[in-house]
Amino acid sequence: MNFMNFISNYIYYIGAFGLVFIGIYIILVKRNLIKVIIGLSILDTGVNLFLISVGYISKGTAPIFSKIDIGITSMVDPVPQALVLTAIVIGVAVLALALSLAIRLYHHYGTLNLRKIKEQRW
Amino acid sequence: MRRIISIIILAIVALGIALCVINIPFGASKTKVGNYYIEKGREQTGAANIVTSVVVNYRGFDTLGEVTVLFVAAIGVSTVLATLKKKTKKEVEPASLVLSTGCRFLFPLILFFGAYIFIYGHLSPGGGFQGGAVIASAFLLTYLGCRGKRISEKRSKITESLSGLVFIVVGLIGLAVGGHYFLYNFLPKGVLFSLFSAGIIPLIYIAIGFKVGSEIAGIIDKLVEES
Amino acid sequence: MIFIVLFLIIVMLAAAVSASIFKDLMNAVIASCLVSLIASILFFLLQAPDVAMAEAAIGAALITAVFVIAIRRTKRYEE
Repeated sequence: MNFMNFISNYIYYIGAFGLVFIGIYIILVKRNLIKVIIGLSILDTGVNLFLISVGYISKGTAPIFSKIDIGITSMVDPVPQALVLTAIVIGVAVLALALSLAIRLYHHYGTLNLRKIKEQRW
Repeated sequence: MRRIISIIILAIVALGIALCVINIPFGASKTKVGNYYIEKGREQTGAANIVTSVVVNYRGFDTLGEVTVLFVAAIGVSTVLATLKKKTKKEVEPASLVLSTGCRFLFPLILFFGAYIFIYGHLSPGGGFQGGAVIASAFLLTYLGCRGKRISEKRSKITESLSGLVFIVVGLIGLAVGGHYFLYNFLPKGVLFSLFSAGIIPLIYIAIGFKVGSEIAGIIDKLVEES
Repeated sequence: MIFIVLFLIIVMLAAAVSASIFKDLMNAVIASCLVSLIASILFFLLQAPDVAMAEAAIGAALITAVFVIAIRRTKRYEE
């Protein structure tokens, strides 16, 4: 019973931070440049999930008013949703620029392995 | 070696973060700003969608910053890939009749759906960024389906620049006409739940929808270009 | 209700771990697209329909397309 209570309270935080740590592990350990960029995208998704789950209020509905009165008592916090909307679009802009730089790097060095690029020095 | 050190460091950081996150209660009300926007949002802005009124009206300057970041990223992609040596053009086999006809049939329907999403942004879930992404995926469909067709680059750049200009001009008119700050809501608020309501919010979202759509379509066109 | 969320989060973490294990880069990109899609469902369950729409349109469609185009212009297999 205590375990079920713990899970239902913290499951979203565990999921979000699990994604963040998997993303950081991919960035630190992997050697291929495109795999590092995939890790960056997973890190971004994890942080956005954490921000929205902080703004959740129990038994609240989406912050949109409607014509018919359906008996709404409380609504979810709207400010984190506005911030995460901005963050998702900025994430796609950063990823597009990073991939174009990776294409340029491949044409110059002929390989995408970061160890070999570091050894070349021109 | 590198793997073991990074796992140890991540475990220590995870322990520290777990000790902090345990104290954040899940599902309790945390800030007072959200309550203020929910109570006063309808009469101060006239929009039924509170997230839209926060993004465009209460925090409109942050949206201007984000549009700038997207613009700089599109310019960056164009610049980095401009001087690449082009390889010789391969012979692209044309797509089958069913595929190309289906793509040509679906293209205006998807554009229509994207336009519906950003026009009704202040009444139902949606808005400029979502509608812009749907429009960009309609252009992606023509790259995959009808092979060999390209977007004219000049037209997409003109659309993108004009939409950004509309955003800034609406903000400056608000500064000149009414109150003392940028992006002041100077158009009449209208009746709640009707299409022409909520002041400048539909205008700004239409401008953002066009801008994001043409920008991401331009980025995809620059990345695909092989000749 | 809590079991649905638990199942979805376990599948999402398994997809993220397998995105780091695969050697073929196309498979890793498809695993990251699955992570984005399940995150969009979780956004909807947290009562945020605007963010769910944005994540589904941008994260699961446009980012995957940009990755596939970039992998076509460089190598496909990780060394």
